[in-house]
Amino acid sequence: MSLDQMNDLYREVVLDHAQHPHHYGQIGKDSVHFQMENPTCGDVIDVSAIIKDGNVDEIGFTGTGCTISQASASMMTTVLTNKSVSEARDLILSFSDLITGKEINDKKEDQLGDASLLASVAEFPARIKCATLAWHALDELLQKEGTSK
Amino acid sequence: MNWKINEVRKDFPILDQQVNGERLAYLDNAATMQQSRPVTDAVLHYYQTTHSNVHRGVYTLSNQATDMYEQAREKVAHFINTESSEQIVFTRSTTESLNLVAQGFGDAVVNPGDEIVISVAEHHSNLIPWQQLASRRSAHLKYIELNEDGSFDMDSATRVITKKTKIVAVAHVGNVIGIQNPINKLEQLAHKVNAYLVVDGAQAVSHMAVDVQELNADFYAFSGHKLGAPTGIGVLFGKSNLLAKMNPVQFGGEMISKVTRDVATWKKTPLKFEAGTPNISGAIGLGVAIDYVQKMGLKSIQDYEEKLMQRMLTGIEGISGVTIYGPHNTKKRLGVLSFNIDGVHPHDVATGLDLLGIEVRAGHHCAQPLMQDLGVAATARASIAFYNNMADVDQLIDGVKQVKEFFLHES
Repeated sequence: MSLDQMNDLYREVVLDHAQHPHHYGQIGKDSVHFQMENPTCGDVIDVSAIIKDGNVDEIGFTGTGCTISQASASMMTTVLTNKSVSEARDLILSFSDLITGKEINDKKEDQLGDASLLASVAEFPARIKCATLAWHALDELLQKEGTSK
Repeated sequence: MNWKINEVRKDFPILDQQVNGERLAYLDNAATMQQSRPVTDAVLHYYQTTHSNVHRGVYTLSNQATDMYEQAREKVAHFINTESSEQIVFTRSTTESLNLVAQGFGDAVVNPGDEIVISVAEHHSNLIPWQQLASRRSAHLKYIELNEDGSFDMDSATRVITKKTKIVAVAHVGNVIGIQNPINKLEQLAHKVNAYLVVDGAQAVSHMAVDVQELNADFYAFSGHKLGAPTGIGVLFGKSNLLAKMNPVQFGGEMISKVTRDVATWKKTPLKFEAGTPNISGAIGLGVAIDYVQKMGLKSIQDYEEKLMQRMLTGIEGISGVTIYGPHNTKKRLGVLSFNIDGVHPHDVATGLDLLGIEVRAGHHCAQPLMQDLGVAATARASIAFYNNMADVDQLIDGVKQVKEFFLHES
């Protein structure tokens, strides 16, 4: 098999997101944060968001991690910015389904944009935690903060 | 060397397979070793001919099972050279052994203001039980720092071990860097101040001969599965007077001597620490795993593994942009090689190697304080056993080159 299958997991878009992550860094003072750790490797990600009137106006993240976790975080910020809290949480669920090998409808897959390229993570079960780290962190944040703002 | 690697590998049929379409190179032996055919045969034979509970029955099968279980205890005692098999307690794992010492013994001897000394390189299983003990007993947990090559800084050890020290708990061989620690020097430091020495032998037993009397360890813990036995069987050795003083932490069947409605008394060591039905087949498998390595000879194993490590070390350090943690000297390194490809996360390295049939561990290896000390979140770790061959090592070296090329060229 050699490394051919690597190309499925680490497509050019994935590598590009990992190396040039979108929305990397701190965002404004009004932001709320949630930090999450991948207990198997010790990677930490800090996701921040500005939530106003039930809408996710801005998302940023910091932290270090593997290619999959960094690319996934970058894709997430692009996909979920300017979504309502409920839409964002719905898409987080769809993403989680996608990379655990469950089928999602075409509309949801379109909405996930670049993140849908991570579907091949389903073939690498050990890496699912890497791919979902940022999404779970944002979900926790939205659960905690989304209803109160 | 009185054995041939190709013959040895025939005893480990799991090695003769393809993973992801590639020849398997199993190099995660520090996590768990594979079991030889004699071990799995013995376990199967026990279940098919002798399975029954131990120490309870008055019938033939139970007597046979009890004999096999106790013979395994004798083999363990002989293997690490204890004075008596009564000094061997069967547990579930190294972790359970160390927790038993921390709770059953530590709680009895550590008082508020006392000190417990470990090293910054300890596996969590030899760190958290002491952290918890220190918290329960209002004691201080102190750390021996490391030299740049990962060895204990003996000046630091001399400073942190004081008259207030009650317990010194360290690994015999580190699970990340693989250095054999200077137990004899620590033993002298610990006993000089009347502290007790606890040794985590999980990474030592499959790579070198262990003699607990020579080490003068008060307690010595290890897991069977790191030695080619089934999972779920662990060992705790303790000096007789200390085991007599140690309290059981699990209570129930078979560990009691007499029970009334209000009180109970315990059996003698070691049975007072083996509440409930033990891992009988695991103990029997451990006995056979010990027979196996003793037949090969620990000295022969150590010499052979040094050759494997030399090739691995030379090959990996020859790849530019790869950082190796710990000494670049095979005399100081047993079994494991932790490394990182600069700019590539170890999880990505391990996934790439897996697709090439090479199984290594990537992560913090349950040693987060050491990772903090090394300034990394995680490392990739290749670890060898006596059944590995040069082809496994070469496959790893070539795999690391390919993975590096993939990430650094594609980027």
